[in-house]
Amino acid sequence: MREITIGIGGAAGDGLDKTGDTLAKTAARLGLYVSAYNSYQSVIRGGHIWLRVRLAEEKVYSQGDHLNVLIALNQDSIERHAPEVEPGGAIIYNSDKLHLDPSLIGDNILPAPMPVAALTKPFGKVQPVMQNTVALGALLYLIGLDFETAANVLADTFRHKGQAVIDQNVGIARAGYDYAREHFVPLGYQWTFTHVRRPFITGNEAFSFGAVVAGCRFYSAYPMTPASSILHWLAAHAEQCGIVVKQCEDELAVINMAIGAGYAGVRAMCGTSGGGFALMTEAVGQAGMIEAPVVIIEVQRGGPSTGVPTKTEQGDLNQVFGASQGDYPRVIIAPTDTTDCFYSVIEAFNLAEKYQLPVILISDLYLSEHPETIEPDALTHAVAIERGEIVTEWPAGNGRYKRYAFTRSGVSPRALPGTEGTLHTAATDDHDEYGILISDVYTSPPVRRKIHEKRMRKLEAVLRDLPPPTLEGPEEADVTLIGWGSTKGVIREAVRRLEADGIRANHLQIKYLFPFHAREVSEILRRSRKTICIEGNYSGQFARHLRAETGISVDDHIRKYDCEPFEPRYIVEQVKAILEGRPRTLELSREEAREVAYHYIRTQLTEDLRPGQIQRLDANGFDEPVWEIEIITRQSGERRGHLLIGAETGSTYLWQPVS
Amino acid sequence: MATVIELPIEVYQGPVDPDWCPGCGDFGVLKALKLAAGRLGIQPKDLVVVSGIGCSSNLPGFIHAYGVHSLHGRAVAVAEGIKLANHDLHVVVTGGDGDGYGIGIGHFIHAMRRNIDITYIVMNNQIYGLTTGQASPTTMKEVRTKSTPRGNAELPINPIALALVSGATYVARGFSGEPDHLASLIAGGIAHRGFALVDVFSPCVTYNKVNTYPWFKQRVYKLEEDATHDPSNPLAALEKAFEWGDRIPIGLFYRDTQPTYEDSEPALKNGPLVRQPLGVSKELFDRLLEEFL
Repeated sequence: MREITIGIGGAAGDGLDKTGDTLAKTAARLGLYVSAYNSYQSVIRGGHIWLRVRLAEEKVYSQGDHLNVLIALNQDSIERHAPEVEPGGAIIYNSDKLHLDPSLIGDNILPAPMPVAALTKPFGKVQPVMQNTVALGALLYLIGLDFETAANVLADTFRHKGQAVIDQNVGIARAGYDYAREHFVPLGYQWTFTHVRRPFITGNEAFSFGAVVAGCRFYSAYPMTPASSILHWLAAHAEQCGIVVKQCEDELAVINMAIGAGYAGVRAMCGTSGGGFALMTEAVGQAGMIEAPVVIIEVQRGGPSTGVPTKTEQGDLNQVFGASQGDYPRVIIAPTDTTDCFYSVIEAFNLAEKYQLPVILISDLYLSEHPETIEPDALTHAVAIERGEIVTEWPAGNGRYKRYAFTRSGVSPRALPGTEGTLHTAATDDHDEYGILISDVYTSPPVRRKIHEKRMRKLEAVLRDLPPPTLEGPEEADVTLIGWGSTKGVIREAVRRLEADGIRANHLQIKYLFPFHAREVSEILRRSRKTICIEGNYSGQFARHLRAETGISVDDHIRKYDCEPFEPRYIVEQVKAILEGRPRTLELSREEAREVAYHYIRTQLTEDLRPGQIQRLDANGFDEPVWEIEIITRQSGERRGHLLIGAETGSTYLWQPVS
Repeated sequence: MATVIELPIEVYQGPVDPDWCPGCGDFGVLKALKLAAGRLGIQPKDLVVVSGIGCSSNLPGFIHAYGVHSLHGRAVAVAEGIKLANHDLHVVVTGGDGDGYGIGIGHFIHAMRRNIDITYIVMNNQIYGLTTGQASPTTMKEVRTKSTPRGNAELPINPIALALVSGATYVARGFSGEPDHLASLIAGGIAHRGFALVDVFSPCVTYNKVNTYPWFKQRVYKLEEDATHDPSNPLAALEKAFEWGDRIPIGLFYRDTQPTYEDSEPALKNGPLVRQPLGVSKELFDRLLEEFL
């Protein structure tokens, strides 16, 4: 299989996303598979944005872990990422403004300087952001993508701005393309273009689209990264789809409005991230108590507190399990990939209404925001909509309507306001079958026991409704990799690489977190030779849940909490280290030490500096080994001083300028 | 306009009797709400009474209607969700001053900004009753309570003024000791298109020994009896909102006609959401999918 990964680096405001989008859509229209990831920061302008677009002839399951071509939109990006470009690759940059130091790159790498000012001159005065379009044109030539397809994508993108803007963009891209053709040798990619049109979509878009298909009529939210794009998509399509989309004053209003709407009989959903979910938690229990259906999407980002707002993590699991006081029935689902987001939301609405309870979909920034191509027929409009039992008529002979009738299934047929004969109050104080409070004058311990059992009994039926997880890969394996939610793709890719390296691995991905298929999971894991739990948090929140539900303690862990997504290579290396019994350390790697040095330069020194040579010192006057990092000037490479960074603690101990 | 067929108060007789203390002001509010609904001819099935937590918030359990007894401070938000889901329903929120002007004040203000068509009746007893007598957001300055033994150091919230500056389009104040007058204010609020606040002096006979029935009876007067008061003038209303002391006005402070939040929602143009068919047509699905290609 042919594949290529293109990295685009620059500052916020440099317009990387548009460039990445055009590239991805071009490749997708040609019939290639695309998976992209945008590592961005919580700033409107500045900072370091790093977008990676992976193109392949077959489905790829993650954004990968390598770099073939770099488009550098600022000096920072050249210096940080040029060393990562693999042999046979290229670095495209604006040679009017940027400088590529040959010492940064290895052999067999093509520097592709673009004289942007000269190339854009025929198009009049152009915005600085047009350097991206020049680079895009050059890229298309170098990696063998069809220019006309890209021109069509640009035309679609800028259609709303008129023909002049389209012409200018296509013209500038063409100038970049032609310049590359005249000056560079292409990188030798020979693609088979199937021209199969595949949707290019993010998890949040899939959630939104799925909600529409499921008949969602009410969505409420307060803006919070990385859940906001659900709000944006639904707001943009609200009128067309007949949905009320409400931006509320806070997350307390968000969920309470959604519960009100769900109680009144519409399919209602809300979305947020961890901080917003923290505010919602009391109301999650309310939905459980009054038995109102509601769907909540919790898109995790780096925590705790405000945390790392634009970066990914799987650290909210404890919070989601612990949401609200007391015991109450609820369903927690962790969708595993983009297509699964679409179907999970439909399933969530069905479960919420059938069992009259809150359903929480737990996603994360990586799953929710990275775009990828999915199969053309992956999403369908013909889905089952199950609303559960709704009482629409109550003949006088039926006796008094019991909203919370004690049934064997735990589900009591619900009646919506406006229905004759079924009047009742849905109370968050505990209540009897009719809804009359048992908290005050009518306190009754046995009634409390029975209604509590009734509510909780629903979970038995829910669990029977949910398919148990299945093991992917060979039954007989050296190691079983266990993941939950968004890590499915990257673990799957790691398993294949391990197999290629002679290590037989299989893979168990858990989607339904609560209620939990304890018996089935136990049976699978008991047959495993070695179990490793992979998750994006520090404390192993899922491993703990697994132990609580099954009594099984996994043999080892791979955990990541630097807030960047897992990459297959990282998992492969860690699995090998575990299998070989190699000690693992939390020390800063050489690459990490370099990143820490960049951080120091950006925050404490001047922009014209960058890290140079790095060496590790054991004896240094500090209580731990340190990385000694030479700091040099960007332009001349002149030595300006050195930085000592603790290898264990990561502390920047000393900045020693050259005197 | 269809002829209104008035309904007798018994139509709204709840499943259980109130558990309020004998003499509680909230009895008057419950009665007034039933009278108001009856005068407007509202069928119990079309009335939803939403509350938060507290003595007064138990009210939905004492009236024959649909109801949600929600969370402390969240009643207005729940009510907004219900109204947007089915704007054919009459949605009335009932609660206390702690619930509405304390923990729930954010929702209160924003609901008024939206001018969403709900009626909010606040049983204002200037004390926390259910938690046995602590200061509330409307406890007057220097009043001693269990939580303010040296006297309350904070200024009370002025709900009328707050409502006026927050965009409420119907602002009234009633008194439990005047249930008929109160019923007319509540009926006016329910009939009004837009957000209606009816703040009610509803004495707590157990824990508030300052703002008692006699205290109010000596002071309140009806705005309707003041020929100079023009309820269409917001500044005059604001001036009345600050009248406090020997003379305290009750009645309709302000009423205005403005589009409601529901009027601005395209999705509600074809009738209540709850009656819209579920799912999407194949044609719409294909159009949406095309955007991803």
